[in-house]
Amino acid sequence: MSDSPKPAPATPLNPRRCGIIVGASDGIGAALARKMIKEGFTLALVSRQKDKLNALCGEINSSLNAMRALAYPHDVTNYNEIPTLLRKIVADLGGLDTFVFMAGINLPPGGVEKYNFENDHKMVEVNLIGGMAWLTPVAEMFQHAKAGQIVGISSVAGDRGRIGNPGYNTSKAGLATYLEALRNRLTRHGVNVLTVKPGFVKTEMLKAAQGATPFVITPEKAADDIYNAMRRRKQLIYTASLWRWIMLLIQHIPSVIFRRMSF
Amino acid sequence: MQNTFTQLENFGHSLSAQSYLIQPKSAEDIYSAFKLAKKIGLTVTARGAGRSYNDAALNGGGILLDMSAMNQILEWDQVTGRVRCEPGVTLEKLWQHIEPQGWWPPVVSGTMKTTLGGCLAANIHGKNNFKMGTIGEHVLEFTAVLPTGAEITCTPKKNADLFYAMIGGYGMLGIFTSITLQMKRIHSGLLTVDAFPVQNLHRHLSSLQDDAPNYDYIVGWLETFAGGSSLGRGQIHAARYLHEGEDKNPQDTMKVSNQVLPSRIFGVFPKGLLHYFMSPFMINLGVWGVNTGKYIASLRRHTFRQSHAAFHFLLDYVPNWELSYGRSGLIQYQSFLPKETAEAAWTEILQLSHKNGLPSYLGVTKRHRSDKFLLTHAVDGFSLAMDFKVTDGGRAKMRAMLQEFDKIVLVNRGRFYFAKNSETTAETALAFYGKDIVDKFKKLKKRCDPNGLLESDLYRRVFGE
Repeated sequence: MSDSPKPAPATPLNPRRCGIIVGASDGIGAALARKMIKEGFTLALVSRQKDKLNALCGEINSSLNAMRALAYPHDVTNYNEIPTLLRKIVADLGGLDTFVFMAGINLPPGGVEKYNFENDHKMVEVNLIGGMAWLTPVAEMFQHAKAGQIVGISSVAGDRGRIGNPGYNTSKAGLATYLEALRNRLTRHGVNVLTVKPGFVKTEMLKAAQGATPFVITPEKAADDIYNAMRRRKQLIYTASLWRWIMLLIQHIPSVIFRRMSF
Repeated sequence: MQNTFTQLENFGHSLSAQSYLIQPKSAEDIYSAFKLAKKIGLTVTARGAGRSYNDAALNGGGILLDMSAMNQILEWDQVTGRVRCEPGVTLEKLWQHIEPQGWWPPVVSGTMKTTLGGCLAANIHGKNNFKMGTIGEHVLEFTAVLPTGAEITCTPKKNADLFYAMIGGYGMLGIFTSITLQMKRIHSGLLTVDAFPVQNLHRHLSSLQDDAPNYDYIVGWLETFAGGSSLGRGQIHAARYLHEGEDKNPQDTMKVSNQVLPSRIFGVFPKGLLHYFMSPFMINLGVWGVNTGKYIASLRRHTFRQSHAAFHFLLDYVPNWELSYGRSGLIQYQSFLPKETAEAAWTEILQLSHKNGLPSYLGVTKRHRSDKFLLTHAVDGFSLAMDFKVTDGGRAKMRAMLQEFDKIVLVNRGRFYFAKNSETTAETALAFYGKDIVDKFKKLKKRCDPNGLLESDLYRRVFGE
C-alpha cells in the first residue's frame, strides 16, 4: 500500500528489530545509526537535512546490499505532522522496538553579557518541545504494546544552569525531567526509558561550545556507550562515563559559590 | 489510534508484531475499518484465534481486525445439519453446539481453538483429507465484505471464481461475515481407533496409502530421530466412525461432558502446569529419549475407542504446550508431496536434518487428495509436518537448512501450506503455484481490493513484489 521501499520480511529465523532515530544525519545520531545497523536493526532515520540523510541511508544500504535504513526528511518543529509521520514509519518498518530522540541544536547567546530570546526560543522548540512532540505518541504506543525502549539525548549541560548558555541548559534540563517522568509512567508497562547525558563530543555542535572542552570523545565512542546502555536496559548514562562523577561534584557546588564562578 | 497499539504473537511464539487493534461487530464495522485504513494509509488483516504457526494473522504496523466478537451461531438446523455462523465462531463452540444432536464438523483442525473464518481463510484439512477434502468442500455458502464496501454472497455456483479463491485466500480478497456449512451425521460420540507401528518410511507411507480407504481418518506419527534402515519409522492411528447401533448408548457418548479433555492427569495433576515440566526435556537429547520411548510403546498393536474431541484435538491435550519450546518458540515446516516422490524427498530431508544436528522434535504425516481451490496446498499424496525449536544461536543454520528443504520439495513437485511454514519466500511460492495461478490470484485481488488495503505479513512475504 505504501510506496516506500520495504525492508525484507521478518520471519522467526530472520527476525527484525526496528528503530527510529530522530536527528540522525550527523554527529552522534549518524554514529548510533551505523552502530545499530551493524547490530542488526532496521532503522528509520529522521532529519531535516535531506541531502545528508539520503547520503547516509544510501551508504548504509549499498554497503549491506539490503534495505536497512529508510530516510524520512522532517523538521521536528513541524509538530503537527509527527503523528502521521510516525504512523507511516511504523507501517513501513512493520513495527517499532526502539525510539531514539537525538535532535538538538545549540545556539549560544554570544557571550555571558548577551541575551538572545530568539535563540533560546529555537532551542526550546527543537530540543524540548520537539522531543515532547515525538515522545508523546511513541510513549502512548509503547504503553499499550507493553514493550519497547525510548532513548532521549539530554546533556551534562542540563544538570546545572550556568552563565554561558541559559537557554540550552533549560532545554536539556527540561528534556531530562520529561524523560524521567516518562520512565516513571512506563516502567510499569514494561517499557524502558534511557536518558543519555553526553559531555563534549567531537561533532558540529562542539563548535558552539563556550570556553574549554575537556574529555572530548568521538561520536563513535558515544554511540557505543549508548548502544551498550540500551542493550542492558539502563536508565541513565553519562558518556564518557567520567562525567557522572564530574557532574556529581558540580551539582553539589553550593549556589553561593557557583554563582560567582566563571563557567 | 495509538491507544489501540497491541503486540501479538503467532501460535508458535516465534514471531510477534505490533498493530492497531480494531474489534468489529458487524459487516458495517469492517467496512468502516477499510475506510479508516484508506484514509490514513494503513493496511488491514483479519485475525481469528491466531493459531497459525507463522505470520498469516499478523500485520506489523497496520490494522488488525480481531474477529472474536463476531462469534454467534446464527442458524442451526438439526434435521439437515446445516449451520450458519459468524466468522469468529470457534470449532470448539461449533462442535459443542451440534454434537449432542448427533452431528460433527466434517473437517476439523488439530486444535479446536481455531475460528471458522480462519479455517476458511487457510482452507484447513484434517486427518480425513484423503476422504473428505478440505473444509472448503463443505461450505454451502459464505458472505463477505470486500475493501470496496461490496457485500457479496458466494456459493460453488454463484461467484464461483471468488468462492474458490477466497477459501484458502488468507483473507487477502475480503473478510468473511457469515459462513454456511454442512455438518456430518454421527451415530456415536466415539471412534474406533486402530494403532499400529510402521518400521520405516516406505512402510509408513504405504500404510497411509493402502490403509486409508478402510478408515475415515488416518494420521501418522513419525519418529524424527531414527536413521538408517529405521528412518521414518513411527505409528499409525487410523479411526472410523461407529455405525448406527454399534454404540448402545449414543445419547450418552455424544454429551459434551463425555467428550471434553480431562483437565487433570490421573485426576490430580493440573495439565495447565505440564508445559513447565516439559520444558527442560525440549533439547535434542530429551526429545530423542521421549521419541524412542514413545516408539517402543507404540510397538503394541491395539484397538480402542476414543471420543471425537480426544482423537482430533491432540494439540489441545496439553494446554499451552507450545510454551515448552522456550523463549524463541517453535516453527513448523510442512511439505506436501505427490505420492510418487514423497519417499525420496523426505528421506533426503530427514537425513539432512540429522546431518545438520537440527532434528525435528515432532513429525506428523497425513494422506491427502487434491482439490479445486485456487491457492490449494493439497496434492494427491502425503504431507509431513515437522516442528523445530528455534534458538537464538541456531537461526542462521536452520534457515539455510530449510532453504535446502524447499529446493528438495520443489524438485519433487511438492507444495507448501501458508498456515504453517514461516520461511517460504515469494520465489518459492511462485515456483510451486506457477505464474498462471499467482497472476490469476493477483488479478482477483486487484478486482476485490483495488487500493491494496488487505495485506498481512504473510501476504507481503509470499506475494510481495
